[in-house]
Amino acid sequence: MQTLNQALFIFFAVLAVASAILMVTRRNIVHSAVFLITTLLSTAGIFLLLEAEFLFIVQIILYVGGIMVLFVFVIMLVNLDVSMRQVQFNRQWFVAGALSLVLALQFLFAIWVGRGALHLHGTDMQIAPKNTEAVADALFSHYMLPFEIASILLLVAMIGAVVMAKRRVG
Amino acid sequence: MGHLIPPSIMPFVLPVVYAVVIVAVLPLLAGYIVLMERKVMADMQARLGPMRVGPHGLLQPIADAVKLLLKEDIIPDKADRLMFWFAPLVSVTMALLAYSALAIGPAFQIADLNIGLLFILAVSSLGIYGIVLGGWASNSHYSLLGALRSAAQLVSYETAAGLALISVLLLAGSLSMKDIVQAQSDQGVWFGFSVPFGFFIYLVGSIAETNRAPFDLPEAESELVAGYMTEYSGFRWSLYFLAEYANMVIVAGIATTLFLGGWLRPGARYHEHIPGTGIEWLDALPALLTLGVALYSLSLAPKQPVKIQKIVMVLVAVLCLGVAGILAGALFAPPAVMQGIHGAFWFMAKVFAYIYAFLWIRFTFPRYRFDQLMRLGWRFLIPLALVNVIGVGVAIVLRQQLAWGPIVSLIPTTLGTLGVAMFLAKDDAPTVAAHLVDGE
Repeated sequence: MQTLNQALFIFFAVLAVASAILMVTRRNIVHSAVFLITTLLSTAGIFLLLEAEFLFIVQIILYVGGIMVLFVFVIMLVNLDVSMRQVQFNRQWFVAGALSLVLALQFLFAIWVGRGALHLHGTDMQIAPKNTEAVADALFSHYMLPFEIASILLLVAMIGAVVMAKRRVG
Repeated sequence: MGHLIPPSIMPFVLPVVYAVVIVAVLPLLAGYIVLMERKVMADMQARLGPMRVGPHGLLQPIADAVKLLLKEDIIPDKADRLMFWFAPLVSVTMALLAYSALAIGPAFQIADLNIGLLFILAVSSLGIYGIVLGGWASNSHYSLLGALRSAAQLVSYETAAGLALISVLLLAGSLSMKDIVQAQSDQGVWFGFSVPFGFFIYLVGSIAETNRAPFDLPEAESELVAGYMTEYSGFRWSLYFLAEYANMVIVAGIATTLFLGGWLRPGARYHEHIPGTGIEWLDALPALLTLGVALYSLSLAPKQPVKIQKIVMVLVAVLCLGVAGILAGALFAPPAVMQGIHGAFWFMAKVFAYIYAFLWIRFTFPRYRFDQLMRLGWRFLIPLALVNVIGVGVAIVLRQQLAWGPIVSLIPTTLGTLGVAMFLAKDDAPTVAAHLVDGE
């Protein structure tokens, strides 16, 4: 079982990283979108391996089934022939290099801070089986305030989008 | 069997067998749903429908399948070859994957996930990529427009259908398909009767999600040739077709599980025994029904014009007789076996009743215009579904605080939602008229 889990993890991890790289290097924007979907799906697969099945399903329903459908929808409306002939990559090596360096340092710092968690001592199989209820419990009791703040933010964004769309028509 | 298979892979054996059975049977089933569709359509239009291949066209699906497989496989010159090849696979894989969480009776289920319903919804919503990518890869305007319409329609109606499902989840308190059916058994009422508006919204939403008439705008022949499938032919086309019919069975299965009591027998609380035996009258019904069908097809056999058709008719009768034998034999088997077999029978019966309703609606209503479709989704179904969810929440509070019964507590909800529905319908009429005056 352990080796199977490990093999699956490696499979999903390689798939996620490889399609992420392919996503930024493809010239054809529809292909990029497909590789982004693959990345999201393999991340979902890793969630499932960690027995966070609610996270797994929310990742698929929201990101792959919802947001990416809208992305693809918009991409379809773009004139691909034109956009493929345009220069799509800025060649500002210096800025990009500096930013990447900062980001890499940030990652290294995060790993350094959390190094204690890197020792994997056999997964705890006694995790509560009803994952969905555990997530709901945490959200609606312990993290009530941040959850509500996030909901209000989203509501404001939604109303703002509607208002902006309406103004352009009028 | 236990000593033949190592214990470490034992838990995988039965699910694999079920999966193989589903993958093998489903194309056949899809073919026969097509035949059923053509026969029902013919009946409603006072025609005979397919009659040539086999008695009453019973072998037509097999002839169609052979024809499709022998057709030339064409890929347009300017198409994106990889995506063109990949898209139908996505559609059909996702449609088949959704079956793994569907519970066909208490005994037949590949995996009883505790997020079962969400899994089915997620996977069947991924099928849209098959349509969208296929439409794009064809490099044709008709295909692209069909794909765009499909994406817009799915996103709109998924919201309403999802909210309708939430009203049931609140009552059932679980996402596992088995627990939802169990909850209906415990509360003594199918949720379709206690939340009729949830059922109605899901019915409309599921027709729109499977792209069927009157919401078949992604493949409206009179406007878009065949929509996203325009450039597809032969085997690839039949994959799309298979996915479409597999999705129909999936939504029918979800509706059956959530609103129509899954594998529960109608009148599950009615226990009148046949005198002198331990068998209930209602349990004998499936066997008697299939026996009736067998005798009817036997009586039809001599009337067939050709000898080979007579033989096929007798074979059909023998098949029905076999099913009747299994259903009758189950009455004398241990309760678990009997529940499994009869549960599967009732589940399939309800699924086909739901599909029949799909066909009925298809041949009754004219196709919507695209703006009408969007208005119906966003301005009628989604507000109605939201009100319904809130109402069900209120009903649950009533049940917990005042100890009202499972049916009584939902009556105010249903009446309230009905009021909102009438208000929304009234509100919508002048808007449509105004838009028409504007020449929109």
